[in-house]
Amino acid sequence: MNTVSALGTDVSSQSRSMQLALAALLGLFVVGFLGFSHMDVVHNAAHDYRHSMAFPCH
Amino acid sequence: MSIFRNVVFIAAISGLLAGVVLAALQTYATDPLIFKAETYENAGGGHEHAAAAPAAGTEATTPAAGTEAAAPAAAPAEEEAEAWAPADGAERFAYSALANIVSGIAFALILVAVSEFAGGIANWRQGVFWGFAGFAVFTLAPGLGLPPELPAMPAADLVSRQIWWSSTVVATAVGLALIAFRQSLPLAILGVALIVAPHIVGAPQPESHDSPIPADLHHSFVVAVTITNLVFWIVLGAAVGMVRNRFMGATPALQGRLA
Repeated sequence: MNTVSALGTDVSSQSRSMQLALAALLGLFVVGFLGFSHMDVVHNAAHDYRHSMAFPCH
Repeated sequence: MSIFRNVVFIAAISGLLAGVVLAALQTYATDPLIFKAETYENAGGGHEHAAAAPAAGTEATTPAAGTEAAAPAAAPAEEEAEAWAPADGAERFAYSALANIVSGIAFALILVAVSEFAGGIANWRQGVFWGFAGFAVFTLAPGLGLPPELPAMPAADLVSRQIWWSSTVVATAVGLALIAFRQSLPLAILGVALIVAPHIVGAPQPESHDSPIPADLHHSFVVAVTITNLVFWIVLGAAVGMVRNRFMGATPALQGRLA
């Protein structure tokens, strides 16, 4: 019984960590795109935002 | 994937709220200073890169007065040809607001996911402290070495600044986590060392700090950026704390304890 439930919790906590990590990566990717992308169009569209968030700009 | 879905829901609601607040704050606090700086950029520093090429060839042939009049007129046309940019006014505001809201949700995703590893944000007061942490990681620490810049200000190479900025964010986040969540003196000391290290290395600096932007304008901008970001992070943290229980409350309490 103990081993089974321990295994069960392990798997679900592993899946939980995976899902949380996935969510964090998605957020990091979007922030990186908005704040760091070298594409001129992204830079120009988000220009005031980048300056106001103190991202390195220009 | 129910946890991922819940995290996205919480982040979307709280990030939307904080992003709208941020857009409003920037419209009144930081954007006017950026527009003001751009008048210096166009008048003083703007023709720096445009004038460099004509100045070399035209000195011998045409009078200097003629090229100076022509250079500012040519510069905007060249920039428009380079890439699309939103038109000043409503369009520019709309894109800034959109960037604010999207980034509000993205920062919320990071905040919710990381805080769930530590057991989750239980209420709005805990959320305020998580907000302070986010502010320290994403605004305060990188801002010490690379203060918020206005257009036309001198700066070091973009890529090296971006690398320093990202490294500082990661080091500060890991350092804070070691201090807050590991009850061990050596790890706490390591955490402090991680927070201090990027500033000993030092941020990339421009070759010259001569700037067409008046110092008091820049100072106002640094204050405005820091305070608007502080409010953004506190609103975001508090909102996550208030919204979270409605979604995570449905999952078994056991799951919350496993982290």
